[in-house]
Amino acid sequence: MNKVRTIIRKEWAEVFRNRMVLFSVAFLPLLMAAIPLAIIFASRGSMTTDQHGEMPAQVETFCPAELSGGDCFQVYMVSQFMLMFMILPLAIPSTISAYSVIGEKTSRTLEPLLATPITTLELLAGKSLAALLPAIAATYISFGIFSLGAWIMIPNPAVFAAMMDARWLIAVFLVGPLLSLVSVNVSIMISSRVTDPRAAEQLTALLVVPLLAVFFGQFAGLFVINRELILYGALFLLLIDAILIFLSTQIFQRETILTRWK
Amino acid sequence: MIQTENLTKRFGSTLAVKGLNLSIEQGEVFGFLGPNGAGKTTTVRMLASLISPTQGRAVVNGFEVGRQDDQIRRSVGVLTETPGLYDNLSAEYNLRIFAELYEVRDPAGQVEKYLRMLGLWERRFEPTATFSKGMKQKLAIARALLHEPKVLFLDEPTAALDPESARLVRDFISELRREGRTIFLCTHNLDEADRLCDRIAVFKTRLLVVDTPERLRQQMFGRKVVFHLRNLDEAMLSKVSELPFVSEARMVDGRLLVTLDDPEKRNPEIVRQLVMEGAEIQFVGELRYSLEEVYLRLVRNDGAPAT
Repeated sequence: MNKVRTIIRKEWAEVFRNRMVLFSVAFLPLLMAAIPLAIIFASRGSMTTDQHGEMPAQVETFCPAELSGGDCFQVYMVSQFMLMFMILPLAIPSTISAYSVIGEKTSRTLEPLLATPITTLELLAGKSLAALLPAIAATYISFGIFSLGAWIMIPNPAVFAAMMDARWLIAVFLVGPLLSLVSVNVSIMISSRVTDPRAAEQLTALLVVPLLAVFFGQFAGLFVINRELILYGALFLLLIDAILIFLSTQIFQRETILTRWK
Repeated sequence: MIQTENLTKRFGSTLAVKGLNLSIEQGEVFGFLGPNGAGKTTTVRMLASLISPTQGRAVVNGFEVGRQDDQIRRSVGVLTETPGLYDNLSAEYNLRIFAELYEVRDPAGQVEKYLRMLGLWERRFEPTATFSKGMKQKLAIARALLHEPKVLFLDEPTAALDPESARLVRDFISELRREGRTIFLCTHNLDEADRLCDRIAVFKTRLLVVDTPERLRQQMFGRKVVFHLRNLDEAMLSKVSELPFVSEARMVDGRLLVTLDDPEKRNPEIVRQLVMEGAEIQFVGELRYSLEEVYLRLVRNDGAPAT
């Protein structure tokens, strides 16, 4: 465990000197918190009707009976953008992993590291956690800022409770870390093939595409993201993570790194 | 300290190392020479337990490669072909990371010891990106020594260094030798190998030859003595050639070049003979072939001693 800690500290000391990494870890969470807060601010009193029956069906789905039409619309709009919080656990680890793995490749620092008594698993765990922990922390902090802002801006506690329903708590606190793990493993696999951190980052960024498809699908009313869907999504991600961890441990072997990573 | 038996490594259909048999004693500086792509780095990687052999066996510091890799990594130090330092981090932090990974008992103390020993203490907090090549190489050597390994693998330790830095590194290697460490030195610098190594191996996928530099010279070229005479002529050459212990005598650029087995014993007889023939001898000296000439002949002839 000490060696894993050493690797994590080393990774952070190195990658956080990179402005690109700092930007993605510090600025993105603020942006992701600011968007739904701006929507809350902009959508105050934007719908005058109090009649539930006059609202579109997908808006109705999110609306507890006791809320007014205007409140429902606000809850609906914010719910649409809650998926943005899922971009953070995908984007941040890919940036950190891309720089940490490819950085080691280009500066040829992996061989001295592999010559130490560290196990491959410890090294991989150190590198993965160094990318995972900031991503999870940034997601939680971002969600925390949003929650605080929403609590201050929304006078009606029932509206606030509707926004913070179990779906999004499961998404942020369970699906988020699972998505981060997908991002780290894919990033490590891509990094083993390319030599430019930006190329690795851009390729890993493609992971956001399915998330955007879900976002626009829900926005267009094709489906509704409910608690069951999120739980099934979490189970699916768990399976994907298990497969990806297996594949990345196969790629992240001493001999493979030394003889095939170019 | 290092034993290999039929050590072999294949990468797919490519044979990188073929049936290497070596035995290196404790405290020996062993030079491992060969052209680029000969399999030197692959051999070092196998012996340092970084990659596993396809066939054969290797024991390093009493531990078997492939079975006791962790113990091997704890007991050997590796200087890779490139320093491989974290350029954004300070010299001190670079060493600190490795001291922790090697589980050194007093990381701060060991880091200080080697930074001072290699003259880098004053610049310990500077990022290594600001260091010269020589300083980086010294830091990489320090990193390989932090855990006080008994066996050191040095891959091209003076490559790309200016003469002054190269000399510093060579002096340091000599110091390590005095401490009784076993050093496996891969180098293209044949003069360096000649000066530092007790024995050298010439390697090109397989082991071509292994011996002391001096004995290799003798095997390749025999021992040759040059006589500088003011008045060398054919009669003198003929008289020397007839001596029973002389293998060969030739005139080269107005000098007499004699090949023989035991110059220390036989030179006085040759001198006597020449003086009797009326020769005026200016100088007598042994013709010493460089290790480079020995090496080139071996590599070109694929290990055959002479053409």
